[in-house]
Amino acid sequence: MSRVLSRPVGILGDGDSATLWHSGTEGASHRQEWVVADNGRAVELIAITKTYPGVIANDKVNLSVGLGEIHAIVGENGAGKSTLMNMLYGMQIPDSGEIKVRGELEHFRSPKDAIAHGIGMVHQHFMLADNLTVLENIVLGFEPKSGMRIDFDGARKKIIEIGSRYGMTLDPDTLVEHLSVGQRQRVEILKVLFRGATILILDEPTAVLVPQEVDELFDNLKVLRDDGVTLIFISHKLDEVLSVANSITVMRGGKTVATVLPQDVDAGQLAELMVGSELPVPETTASTVTDHVALEVRNLTHRSNDDRTLLDDVNLTIRNGEIVGIAGVEGNGQSELIDALMGIIDPETGSVLLNGEDISTRHTIDRHEAGIGIIPEDRHRQGLLLSAPLWENVMLGHQSQAPFVRGPFIDMKGTRSATEEVVERFDVKTPNIDVPAHALSGGNQQKMIVGKEMLAEPDVLIAAHPTRGIDVGAQSAVWDELRAARQGGLAVLLISADLDELIGLSDTLLVIFDGKIVASLDPGDVTPEILGSYMTGVKVAS
Amino acid sequence: MKVSKIFFSLLAPVSAIIFSLGVGAIVLLIVGINPLDAYGQMVSFSADSTSFASSINKAVPLYVSAVAVAIGFQMNLFNIGVEGQYLIAAMFAGWVGTNVVLWGPLHITVIILTAVIVGAIWAGIAGALKVTRGVNEVISTIMLNFIAFSAIAYLLANTFSVESESLNLSTGKLPDSALLPNLNFLITMFGFNEPRGIEIPGFLVIAILLGIAYYVLVWRTRFGFELRISGMNPGSARMAGVNPKKMVFYTMLLSGGVAGLIGLSTLMGKLGAYTQDFPRGIGFTGIAVALLGRNHPVGMALGALLFGVMDRAALVLKLEGIPEEIVVIIQGVIVLAVVVAYEIVGRIVAAREVTAAAEALKASNGAEVAA
Repeated sequence: MSRVLSRPVGILGDGDSATLWHSGTEGASHRQEWVVADNGRAVELIAITKTYPGVIANDKVNLSVGLGEIHAIVGENGAGKSTLMNMLYGMQIPDSGEIKVRGELEHFRSPKDAIAHGIGMVHQHFMLADNLTVLENIVLGFEPKSGMRIDFDGARKKIIEIGSRYGMTLDPDTLVEHLSVGQRQRVEILKVLFRGATILILDEPTAVLVPQEVDELFDNLKVLRDDGVTLIFISHKLDEVLSVANSITVMRGGKTVATVLPQDVDAGQLAELMVGSELPVPETTASTVTDHVALEVRNLTHRSNDDRTLLDDVNLTIRNGEIVGIAGVEGNGQSELIDALMGIIDPETGSVLLNGEDISTRHTIDRHEAGIGIIPEDRHRQGLLLSAPLWENVMLGHQSQAPFVRGPFIDMKGTRSATEEVVERFDVKTPNIDVPAHALSGGNQQKMIVGKEMLAEPDVLIAAHPTRGIDVGAQSAVWDELRAARQGGLAVLLISADLDELIGLSDTLLVIFDGKIVASLDPGDVTPEILGSYMTGVKVAS
Repeated sequence: MKVSKIFFSLLAPVSAIIFSLGVGAIVLLIVGINPLDAYGQMVSFSADSTSFASSINKAVPLYVSAVAVAIGFQMNLFNIGVEGQYLIAAMFAGWVGTNVVLWGPLHITVIILTAVIVGAIWAGIAGALKVTRGVNEVISTIMLNFIAFSAIAYLLANTFSVESESLNLSTGKLPDSALLPNLNFLITMFGFNEPRGIEIPGFLVIAILLGIAYYVLVWRTRFGFELRISGMNPGSARMAGVNPKKMVFYTMLLSGGVAGLIGLSTLMGKLGAYTQDFPRGIGFTGIAVALLGRNHPVGMALGALLFGVMDRAALVLKLEGIPEEIVVIIQGVIVLAVVVAYEIVGRIVAAREVTAAAEALKASNGAEVAA
């Protein structure tokens, strides 16, 4: 026996307006009816196994997602969540196991197959073209045709319809470059819905959002669910998962360890399932702040080519043994501050002093040599050579210093032993140091980056989102490293989007908004709510 | 492990060559010629000391050309302008060489330096345009080729040519002090006959040194590391204190400088002058050799030698009334087939690594449990 869902596409109003366009169908309206087996399961993954070089990413994983529910998948990085979802979305093919969608056994060879079965995925890193409009981005690769032309008018109408139905209003004709991160994510969701998805995979959708945007996203997700859309939601943030999910599957070490209902567990229990131990709490010990100023920034101002003020008279001081945290919504000048400190941009005015010496005009490589360490904000684009072996990655940024070079030549012996030391001391899980960096999980890549910077024993460390997108175990390892180094007199500039991390680690907490430092707070008595109001410009310190 | 590594690195080029010979055989059959007969002729013709010398003669400039192209490939730069760079460099080097009188080794050094500098300048124009104005190097180097060809034609006809009895325009015969000695003793010392009408070029030594220098520079120096990472990931390079734009410029200079050396084997060898019929096309064929040899100094040497042997073997086909273009077809198919073959072999190797690594991990986990 089977039943036909009354509104399988879950997007459209009733009647004739309920149309979906498929490319190549010459404007013919088409509404897809999904036949679902009687067990009411949207997705069943049975004994899925997938191996990569040196890693069993998924080991006989089972997952069962009910129709019209929000199903969260939680687990540390490297637990195999993304791999599992990539296989459901056809981006990767399992070595063994079965994928059933609405009760039917499927063999997806590519995302195209998955999309044809009403599965859509919203990736953590958005895949949008900045210089195209919302409308153009949504139809890209799925253009509704009217004769020889692209039917933009029909598509525009459709997008507005979908948007208003789920409370995701967006002007279809705005350029994507003008949108906020939250709005871009909505474009991604609309894009998937436009293609007729009734099963949505969201890969860490909240990682890039500010608290207010997270609330909006969850409201949208609930509307989608109530309309019959099935949502699979990957996250690390346990409180969020508990507040929004109907059921939760926990993964650990490439296996599914449990599927629980949110009302039956609390965050602590969930975290325990995830890591198999207590959840680490970011918390500094007694103050180790000294009198010696390691890094000083004076009157730093920088403007973009089109004359927008990116940094507005920034002043800050970091002493040895101090962690100064910078809170702020992304895009408020953090990247420019890092670039100015590293000598990648040349700010309009202002100076940077390292141990009292003005380094404003020094080259990036000189600043590395002078003792500034950097954990870049975007691992893949700024911190790694994904196709290069680990030893070359460890050399990156230190290629002018011993033990990596001797004169103009690479010191292979010194480089390899330094790399071995990083792997050993910072517990980087890898078969050997000749594997390319992309073979490591995100957490292990980050541990390697932190490790290579710590090994150089810098005076000042700029740590931008040091634990973003990494698992709880690696997170606590990174935090322990930062605390230990602070104890040893390291001055740290911590830039993060994780407020708990900022509050827990920082000795001084600054808030940056619109390129300006708007508040200096004591992390001891600040709440996420107060911080949030400074971060969004609602509150301005006198 | 070591043996299987060598096996897999040879698998792609060897299977591509076999495939290409097969395609050549089919084409020969279509035009009504027995391929075994044709290939047999080529092999027996190649197996003599004159053919050997000729193959080396062709291979040396091809190898230098491949190295010039490969330097660009190391940072994702496609220097199609090697052709123009080596021709204009050879012409200037020929002109300078005939117009100075110096003690032998110094004379040779001056000629080499002239060629390197002219080649580097010509490529540097493309580099500067890319860095300052964002002009794609593929476009600019192609255009610079045309400019070079025209400039050569003009200068050779009007400025650099010397009076001679032949109609062939020339920068003039280099004096003996500018010529490199031939290396024919490499053949005669093993009891083979002296090659007739052709020499093993003395420039072979410089080409070998160049290959070693290329390897050391790219893989064993800080400069090479910075060059490669600028191509791999400009963002990471910048954060690591490397200016990728600067590296683009340096890479073009280096690639052009090496390109300048291509013509010297001929210029300072048997021909001894830059003439109107100076060998052309080596810059383009070098791209094929770099692809065939995967930018590796040894791989490119084998690739250059293969192309040299095939060019020589083509001569016999002409004598036998077989269309010699068959060799060009085979060379073309090799380049296409080798790209495909590398991809397929790459996947096989990756799949093997997956299994091996997974097993290694299982084994180490088992050990932990046992401990």
